[in-house]
Amino acid sequence: MNDIEKNKRREFVSELMNKYVPDRTSLLPILQDFQEKFGYIDEYSQQLIAFELDIHPVEVNSVISFYAFLYDKPVGRNIVRICKNIVCEFNGSKEISDAVIKEFKINPGETTPDGKLTFEHVNCFGLCDKSPSMMVNGEIFENINKESALKIIKELK
Amino acid sequence: MNKLFERKNRTGPVLFSEYEKGSAVKKALLTDRDDILLEIRESGLRGRGGAGFPVSVKWMLTAAANSPQKFVICNADEGEPGTFKDRVLLSEYPELVLEGMIIAGYTVGARKGIIYLRAEYSYIKDFLQSKIEEMRSDGNLGKNICGRKDFDFDISIRLGSGAYVCGEETALIESLEGHRGEPRNRPPFPVNTGYLGFPTVVNNVETLASVPHIINKGGEWYHKFGTGKSSGSKLFSVSGDCRYPGVYELQWGITIKELLDLCGAENTKAVQIGGASGICIPESEFSRQISFEDASTGGSVMVFNKNRKMIDVLQNFMEFFTEESCGQCTPCRIGNVKLLEGVNMIRNNEYSLEYIEKLKELGETMKIASKCGLGQTSPNPFISILNNFKDEIFGMN
Repeated sequence: MNDIEKNKRREFVSELMNKYVPDRTSLLPILQDFQEKFGYIDEYSQQLIAFELDIHPVEVNSVISFYAFLYDKPVGRNIVRICKNIVCEFNGSKEISDAVIKEFKINPGETTPDGKLTFEHVNCFGLCDKSPSMMVNGEIFENINKESALKIIKELK
Repeated sequence: MNKLFERKNRTGPVLFSEYEKGSAVKKALLTDRDDILLEIRESGLRGRGGAGFPVSVKWMLTAAANSPQKFVICNADEGEPGTFKDRVLLSEYPELVLEGMIIAGYTVGARKGIIYLRAEYSYIKDFLQSKIEEMRSDGNLGKNICGRKDFDFDISIRLGSGAYVCGEETALIESLEGHRGEPRNRPPFPVNTGYLGFPTVVNNVETLASVPHIINKGGEWYHKFGTGKSSGSKLFSVSGDCRYPGVYELQWGITIKELLDLCGAENTKAVQIGGASGICIPESEFSRQISFEDASTGGSVMVFNKNRKMIDVLQNFMEFFTEESCGQCTPCRIGNVKLLEGVNMIRNNEYSLEYIEKLKELGETMKIASKCGLGQTSPNPFISILNNFKDEIFGMN
């Protein structure tokens, strides 16, 4: 990471320290905000955050690794999550996932080489009454099928 | 306004009945705290997340604790597969939930409330925040609520980050404190040693939403609904093979058969009650009641018709638990993996019935030896599906 990128992160971390009470209880919101801006929480920034909160960097990494929605590695510009709860599965979510895997040549948890797309499975979105469901960059799509899901994903930038 | 947050045409005995915004808070703040506790006790209200712990006991213990600070936490980490009732409450009836929190805060002596909203529901956050601000400007949140000089209460929202186990109350508290969501040993219970070590009430969204109606209409009124031991109404999230999936508010004690008729389910083979961690009920037992004393659920009701393979259901659930186990205690971390291996052995016809019996025993051990509800309930589908659908599953090879 070059110094310009490092400085951007350093500045943002200090902004976050003003936004939140700078102690451990704020760790999750800080990580969530940081990730929203930079996509993932790199090791350098983990160290900065740890230092500011007066905890060991491994504590920060341990928290990131615990939560499914936090990343310590680069992810795609778009994150597509498909629900794989049994109700969605029976309503065709497996076929939709298979279509995504085939079309974009990535497995769940992977990112396309062009950095456009990260594809994941999620256990239950709580949208079983409108199943199958999908979340794209935090926005939900209900009652999807193979065609509509692929169309939505292909239109992403 | 987004269509999601428009109130649909819903009817029900308690939660989906008429309610005048702000009325319960106003009434509660003119009532003695002990009288509120008695009213809640009379209602027989039990925790709606699934465990069914009496709310009045939780509140009384927190109220009795001597501490400079106390907290009320709304558990909106609705992660049990097949459950979406809290989504409906938060997006269509937010005032009930927020007012329930205020009344809880007043009763136990807390000044701060936190809503722990699961990451999968992050799209509800801004809407909830706007409702909180609305209540602040109405004088129902903030300092000197309803003109009472001795009562301040405010609510903030915290987002989860995708961990099923954080629905367990002590894991939720760990997460709020900035740690991995690993459940704590209990005791001490949160009512004594909760968020940041202070006495804390953690209640499910639906539990809190029931409170304003109990305040307005009385505990006795509430207790008239249901079966007595399971008093009041319950929201059921019905999904799967039925014509009308959705959220139904019904009285405890309804039979599975009645619920299936209501939601337009036909040709039903099995009903999974209580989500992945619940039990799977075959057609021969559809006359059973849904209640804490019979088939208990936190809300999830998943319907499977005769075209579905129960081994698929079981595999899906066991994959879920192996992923969502926090890994802290051995029975849950290893046990779920072994049960999933067993499911795959059955699929590949590489099992002996003797070994499957051993795995069921392991499941029983997990129920006793696991640290929290996740590992204590994750063997439920394994045991109930293999017992109730023996012929289908072991006859398929």
